[in-house]
Amino acid sequence: MKKRLLDIQNLSVTIDKKKIVNRFDLSMRAGELHVLMGPNGSGKSTIAYSILGHPGYAVRASRLSFDNKNLKQLTTDERARLGIFLAFQYPLAVSGVSLSTVIPAALEHRIKQKRVKKRVYATLASRMAYEQHVAREWFRGDVAENLGSLGMQEEMLYRSLNEGFSGGEKKKAEVLQMLALKPKLAILDEPDSGLDVDALRRIAKAIHRAHQGGMAILLITHYQRILKYLRLDRVHIVRDGHFVKSGGPELARMIERHGYESLSSHGHKNKR
Amino acid sequence: MVTNHSAHMATKTSVKKRFDTDYRYGFADPEAGVYRSPKGASSAVVDIISSQKREPAWMSERRHAALKFFHARPLPRWGADLTAINFDDIYYYIRPIDRKQQTWEGLPDAIKSTFTKLRIPEYEREFLAGGGAQYDSENVYHHVNERLKKTGVIFTDVETATKKYPQLVKKYFGTVISANDNKFAALNTAMWSGGSFVYVPKGVHVDLPLQAYFRINAKNMGQFERTLIIADEGSFVHYVEGCSAPVYVSSSLHSAVVEIIALKNARVRYTTVQNWSKNVYNLVTKRAHAHENAIVEWVDFNFGAKATMKYPAVFLLGKGARADILSMAFAGNGQHQDAGSKVVHVAPNTSSRVISKSIAAYGGRTSYRGLVQVGSRARNCKVHVQCDALILDKESRSDTYPTIKINNKEVQIEHEATVSKIGEEQLFYLQSRGLTPEQAQVMLVNGFIEPLVKELPMEYAVEMNRLIELEMEGSVG
Repeated sequence: MKKRLLDIQNLSVTIDKKKIVNRFDLSMRAGELHVLMGPNGSGKSTIAYSILGHPGYAVRASRLSFDNKNLKQLTTDERARLGIFLAFQYPLAVSGVSLSTVIPAALEHRIKQKRVKKRVYATLASRMAYEQHVAREWFRGDVAENLGSLGMQEEMLYRSLNEGFSGGEKKKAEVLQMLALKPKLAILDEPDSGLDVDALRRIAKAIHRAHQGGMAILLITHYQRILKYLRLDRVHIVRDGHFVKSGGPELARMIERHGYESLSSHGHKNKR
Repeated sequence: MVTNHSAHMATKTSVKKRFDTDYRYGFADPEAGVYRSPKGASSAVVDIISSQKREPAWMSERRHAALKFFHARPLPRWGADLTAINFDDIYYYIRPIDRKQQTWEGLPDAIKSTFTKLRIPEYEREFLAGGGAQYDSENVYHHVNERLKKTGVIFTDVETATKKYPQLVKKYFGTVISANDNKFAALNTAMWSGGSFVYVPKGVHVDLPLQAYFRINAKNMGQFERTLIIADEGSFVHYVEGCSAPVYVSSSLHSAVVEIIALKNARVRYTTVQNWSKNVYNLVTKRAHAHENAIVEWVDFNFGAKATMKYPAVFLLGKGARADILSMAFAGNGQHQDAGSKVVHVAPNTSSRVISKSIAAYGGRTSYRGLVQVGSRARNCKVHVQCDALILDKESRSDTYPTIKINNKEVQIEHEATVSKIGEEQLFYLQSRGLTPEQAQVMLVNGFIEPLVKELPMEYAVEMNRLIELEMEGSVG
């Protein structure tokens, strides 16, 4: 069996003194695709943000680990550098900062971790220049392909991130970052909401390819339609911040037909 | 443009320590002036300057008249705190060398090494049509490339122009900024030394920028350069100035006057990258006259200095004239950047655009002070003012003082002002990509000023992003 990647036990999250998530559990192995579903306001996004360590959240958990490392003491960027990525449901506009700025800067950190240790540099400056160079090369290397697969124009790389982007462009820009950064785990918070059919298909296929390539995916969604393109391992239902039920792909189909109200909110069973 | 993020190896040092040590241009070379006036703003010193320069009597008379205005005027109380300036403890004139040079090699080693460390000769070779360099009170170097000389463009200092082109200097000197305009313009008119004189003949387009670099090297020094730019009909020139000074405990004073005359259909762009050390009072008067259909653009970046008071101005005198004033100020610990703009619409069909961006961090203070005035004859004018302030922490402060005076009804005015903080959510977003909090902040600040930075020549834009990084290094944590 593949090794355990994400392990959440007894997660409780309080925001502004209000308890949003209560005693939530989730466990994923490397390369798996899990789906998190639940009614609006059930705490799905909060769970996603807490895995990345949102600074405004008070988080308690008996276990919160990734790749066998305890996340609780780590800052958001340290968690991200372990290989966790979050595609935001509502990514904010960032004036004057473009994908072509963010992605190479983020890639540089990966290069620092992976490659540079093996080389010897005359000076710190030459090492940094090398890292920048490699980051840009990596960026250029597959960015054209990724843009093409998502149906994005190249000029999107140079515009202020999410500023004046349409709903679909925002979702695509998030997925493009995921493809470029190649995390071990991508948490995708409703990458499919507000999309037309073509955009949905492109995004779903991109997620599928990334998953086929070995990336673990935690997908938050309300809809069955994106799931058709994906090979799911597990579906989890949350409601009012509680874990309700887990199951296979059939659980998602059942929700689509009968709604969440068909489930009992006290059914703490079938956990892995 | 791809930004340079190489400076993030930085470690966490305290704010104070950073500001004591991280100013890269803070080195001082040995003080070796060939002549230095006594301290104090006296008429004896004015006589010394006049005789050192062997200037005509009319100029000397103007100096003496201006000195009276300087003493008569009170210290301005409405901007930055200037009460600590001791005018009696300042050297108003220091001549660093005997003769101005046209090659860098001709300079004494100490001065040459200063400019080499600042990479000025290298920059000039690669990107400029002409370069000038001022060291304390005098221009030590001026050079114009051969191609430009043939077009009849004059690029020299005002002293030389006073002797070689007296009719031009007499016609324009002090016409845009009078000797009694304000206390510091008066002081400059009395003590002026160095600076640039630029004349661009009719129809000539200077394709590469002209640059002047100003360096204060001596302690307790007052630098009073004077710049006069005349763009004749249909001409174009881009003039760039940069400046820096060593870090001393005692203060220095920089009080320049810049006058621009853009005649019919001319266009002048004047770019400043001010990076004085944090012991310099930077009190500068800059103003332009734009005649019919002329365009004047001020691009003004303020990084350094203890206190800055500077409001680049354009008087739109001819119909159809246009003003563009883009300014950026960064105030860190112990700094007050009181900057802004003035636009006076005198003629009809004139338009102006003012964009100001300021950043206050680590207890710094920024103020935007702007004036837009539309006269009764200035019908069918367009005015757009936008000022955005970014405040990085609770210790820092930003204020906006806009004044708008409109004397006719056919004016279209837009005024926008925003004050923002770097949002926790934006930081979280960038950190979720693996960027350190520091890197994320630098990226957001660079993003905030990006609309202005892209107006700079490429090399300056890169330098600007690097300055932001240096200022913010170690700021988080």
